[in-house]
Amino acid sequence: MDRKVIPAGLFARIRKERREYASFVLDASVEVPPGITILFGPSGAGKSTLLDCISGLVPPDAGTIAIGEEVLFDSTMRIDVVPQKRRIAYVFQSLALFPHLTVEQNIAYGLGEIPEQDQRSRVQEILEAFRIEKLRKQKPAQISGGERQRTALARSLVMEPRVLLLDEPLTGLDAGLKAAIVEDLRAWNASKRIPVLYVTHSREEVDALGERVVTIDNGRVVSHGPPMEVLDAPRRKRLAQAAGFENLLSATVLDLRKKDGVMRVRLGESQCEIEVPLAHASAGDCVQVAIRAGDILLASEHPRGLSARNVIEGRIASLEQRGTMCVARVDCGVTFTAHVTPGAVRALELAAGKQVWLVLKTHSCHLVD
Amino acid sequence: MSSLWLSFELAGCVAAILLLIGMPVAYWLAYSNWRGKFLLESIVALPLVLPPTVLGFYALLAMGPRGPLGKLWIALFGHGLAFTFSGLVLASVFYSFPFAVQPLIASFEGVDQKLLDASAVLGAEKWRTFRRVILPLSLPGVVTALVLSFAHTLGEFGVVLMVGGNLPGVTRTASIDIYDRVQTLEYGEANRLALLLLVIAFAVLCLVYAVNRRVWTPAWTRWIAR
Repeated sequence: MDRKVIPAGLFARIRKERREYASFVLDASVEVPPGITILFGPSGAGKSTLLDCISGLVPPDAGTIAIGEEVLFDSTMRIDVVPQKRRIAYVFQSLALFPHLTVEQNIAYGLGEIPEQDQRSRVQEILEAFRIEKLRKQKPAQISGGERQRTALARSLVMEPRVLLLDEPLTGLDAGLKAAIVEDLRAWNASKRIPVLYVTHSREEVDALGERVVTIDNGRVVSHGPPMEVLDAPRRKRLAQAAGFENLLSATVLDLRKKDGVMRVRLGESQCEIEVPLAHASAGDCVQVAIRAGDILLASEHPRGLSARNVIEGRIASLEQRGTMCVARVDCGVTFTAHVTPGAVRALELAAGKQVWLVLKTHSCHLVD
Repeated sequence: MSSLWLSFELAGCVAAILLLIGMPVAYWLAYSNWRGKFLLESIVALPLVLPPTVLGFYALLAMGPRGPLGKLWIALFGHGLAFTFSGLVLASVFYSFPFAVQPLIASFEGVDQKLLDASAVLGAEKWRTFRRVILPLSLPGVVTALVLSFAHTLGEFGVVLMVGGNLPGVTRTASIDIYDRVQTLEYGEANRLALLLLVIAFAVLCLVYAVNRRVWTPAWTRWIAR
């Protein structure tokens, strides 16, 4: 327990077949350096299975798991360290706080083997770091959702783990609370610098946390890198949906303009033609174009003198207010979804049936597989 | 009234023994992945469907001077098992086994698997997980097991008659006593005993259901939860 914590990266290459789900195979390799790495993907992509394997709760069929030089699992060398000895903290989506123990007892749970005096000071320290000192005598049922999440984080981190796994621990919290907890987690990890693998399918959380993203779909790692690069140019349709691309349109390639790095495509069955970034395709191929609703501009008259290459004429099919944002569905032969502010709706006098022009930058149009 | 005290003594011994051996058996039945588990489950449930006379008959054969248990007992203690208090306890333990084990299994299985996973990744070995998580969260099941095995032993008749006979102060329990009184037409005395057993049985069931509905948590269960 009192071994010095050496910051080191986590490496996991895992193959795991899940028989409960028809023919699902996780076959992924991830590297998690110290700091926060987001594991991003649609539900059912294999995120939780990957975490279960890393923690040791579920044995992989094959592969290797290591922290720095220390191998925790290796199918060929027949190494399989039990979860109790891995010192990998794991916060579940359900949090799994012990309902019969107080906040303080929950946090001290993993410290059974160290002297009581040290236990007390470590519990005190982490209660303060996560601002839950006042709740120490409360049971989990008596505290709020955000406080439970803080307690679960504190319970895992008080053990000074070598790796922290978080399985959507902040779902169901409002944005402000989420940000505050993330800030505390960040502050805590600034000094420890352990690898943190944070699972989410929420784009907001990626933007709030993101140092690095690994995207996973259907049991395979699809891409990894900084969030901007990985999620703003998703290469797969399911990921595009998860990453918040409201417009996913199939299109036919018309011609390639290699010199300009673009190509022209026709959207669906319509007469609508737009310019998109060049991809490995040839004329006549079918491709998928993903466009964020927030990347589409609306104009009430034909715009001129723009750098944007795509201006499409259409009519507003419907207009719906969602919170502080309006969702406009625009029929241009194919239907686009665009986000506009209520102020813009008033200024442009937007209403169902009104003629509008959509403006799209070429590089706001992403090609996905 | 000595027959009633004897019944209490017997039921107390049996309930205590069953709690001790019932817990590991129930733990194993709740958490093992062994495919042949159903065999042990069937054996445990056997006394539920078997006539007490069948169980009592084989217990008597086993405990008799030529039976394996009887021989072992004579070798160890110099006297036989049949028609003794110890023999009665032993037979009753088998007879009341499902009443202790089944509530324990049900409550162990009712503990959220995620809590056990959390305990494991927090470094707790199996025993610590059992003591700190499974047992405290299974308290209603433990109370039910204890109370039901006590009450069931209190009310048994067939097995006692087969294995214990009817020796006053040694094996004549309340239920046998009532039967005796009725045979000898002492209806007043029979009624007193019968009414007492009825009241006790009702009180015991009230306790079980109250604890399971969390109306009330007995103070003595706290030391288990500590």
